[in-house]
Amino acid sequence: MTDPMTRSTLMGCVATLVFLLSVPLFHSAYLIDVVTEILIYALFALSLNVIIGYSGNVSFGHAAYFAIGGYTNAILLTTYGWALVPSFVISILATISAAGIVAYFCTRLTDIYFAMLTLAFSMLVWAIAFKWRSATGGDDGFVGILIPDLIGDRTRFYYFTLILVTASVALLWSICHSAFGRTLVAVRENAVRAGFVGVNTRLMRWWAFVIAGTFAGIAGAIFGMFHRGMYVESAFWTQSATVLIMTLLGGMFSFFGPAIGAATLFILERITNEYTEYWPTVLGVVLLVILLFLPDGLSGLARRVHAFTTKNK
Amino acid sequence: METLVEFLRTGMASPGITMLLNNPNFVLIQVLNSVSMGMNFFIIAAGLSLIFGVLKVINFAHGAFYMFGAYIMYSVTETMGLNFFWGVVGAGVGLVLLSAAIERTLFRFVYDKEHLLQLLLTFALVLILGDFAKILWGTEQYSVSYPDNLAGATNLGITYYPSYRLLLCLLGPVIFLAMWLFIEHTRWGRITKAATQNREMLAALGINVPLIYTSVFIVGSALAGIGGALASPFNSPTPGMDAIVIVECFVIVIIGGLGSLWGTFVGALIYGFVFNFGSVIIPNGQDIFAFLILLIVLLFRPWGLFGRPEMEGH
Repeated sequence: MTDPMTRSTLMGCVATLVFLLSVPLFHSAYLIDVVTEILIYALFALSLNVIIGYSGNVSFGHAAYFAIGGYTNAILLTTYGWALVPSFVISILATISAAGIVAYFCTRLTDIYFAMLTLAFSMLVWAIAFKWRSATGGDDGFVGILIPDLIGDRTRFYYFTLILVTASVALLWSICHSAFGRTLVAVRENAVRAGFVGVNTRLMRWWAFVIAGTFAGIAGAIFGMFHRGMYVESAFWTQSATVLIMTLLGGMFSFFGPAIGAATLFILERITNEYTEYWPTVLGVVLLVILLFLPDGLSGLARRVHAFTTKNK
Repeated sequence: METLVEFLRTGMASPGITMLLNNPNFVLIQVLNSVSMGMNFFIIAAGLSLIFGVLKVINFAHGAFYMFGAYIMYSVTETMGLNFFWGVVGAGVGLVLLSAAIERTLFRFVYDKEHLLQLLLTFALVLILGDFAKILWGTEQYSVSYPDNLAGATNLGITYYPSYRLLLCLLGPVIFLAMWLFIEHTRWGRITKAATQNREMLAALGINVPLIYTSVFIVGSALAGIGGALASPFNSPTPGMDAIVIVECFVIVIIGGLGSLWGTFVGALIYGFVFNFGSVIIPNGQDIFAFLILLIVLLFRPWGLFGRPEMEGH
């Protein structure tokens, strides 16, 4: 996972980017909308993997930061009529502060306790979004987010999303592959030994949590503008679980895995909903298959298939 | 738009506080509301805590079991026309069967796996069981009536109080006592306790550990079903109730300390009081209060009031 970018990964990235840049050329509004949303979820899932894949803790409340970013941006843009840039910056700062406080509590714990506490915090955010009706619209949602005309058109919004997501992913990549990222992996693999060589394991996990929260907030802010609305369901714990499944489906031991998982799950959901209302069951079965047969997700499967075919040549 | 502070202040000015200060009857009713609600939650959360204590699995599907209990109560009393008591029995038996099937076919294979995997496995169950309930009962909200002889109010001398809720106030401590006596004073209870400490050693002594695991899982799940059946008259069975209840149970067991029976009892009471008095002081603010209490407890005791600090892994 901490290998420098290999040639095949690099080529994959370039090919993906070329495809993404050319999406509007197909002149399909449906395709643009689907890809925009996939980009948002991909960033969301990649951000979660900083906590899971790199620091080894499982957050069951990652949707909280997505929602905080989304709601703050919605309120500043619409209720207060701010310009996009300050609103976006303040939304990110709000997410960082919230994640910083929550991380202070959560990093005292590990394992199941960590998972449950992150879940409890996200439900606090959900409860506030649900009850603070005058600010958030309560369970009706925050409808009618005003966005600048510059990105008001579908194609322009698509490129806006693409630029922000690409920049965020590049930033995440360099963070995860820096000395910091490698230290995080050391903490994940053996916290006690990492502590012995002088790593402040709790501080490292705090940073991982805050970085993950920050990029989830960015994803949330874009999501709100894309849908012109934010809804309380975005903060509910089952949303956190869904993004967790995306991460696991793609593979948490690979940097780009979660993005692949997000795309796969999103497309699968669209297709399933054409045929049946029982998407949760399909999602549950997908999850069972990952847990029992694909412990390192699709990217791990690809690696194994690759290893198998090269061995048999 | 009001700011968060204004939102809280307008809430504080609600008539609730003056009523609390001037009307002792009102206070008594709130106390009884808190206790009865807390005891209902204790019955549910005790199952969750028991399963965690022995199996070391946090069961997300516990909320779904609660929901099934409530639905079964509806089917038994409203569709089949039997009385309330049989509804509770039906919910218990139904959950025994359901949880035994799940334990035998799924859980059994993941006890040795890492906690994350177990946690997610139970989440997969939440998704599947939710749809299963939708297939069986649809998406309507059902109402369950109170049992005939408990539908009225009891005269407590200074005020009247719903008899059914009084029953809950009594039932909680009875179940607590029964569980405590069972765990501390029977052979099975002691074996169960031993299973939390060292299952290999227990198996070496000739105890059938898988059987212990199955029975603990069944008993814990049945408690969720019974809790759901008991709650159904005031918490109508409806899709999605499982996702809310499980979070409330989490809050309770985190406050009390995972795996501790005492902790769950105290945690459930605290939750009941915070929820009811919180909603009197700030209408609709009850959830926020509950989470604030959780944070305060965790600031001082990250492992809960009655829990033990987790061991560092090596």
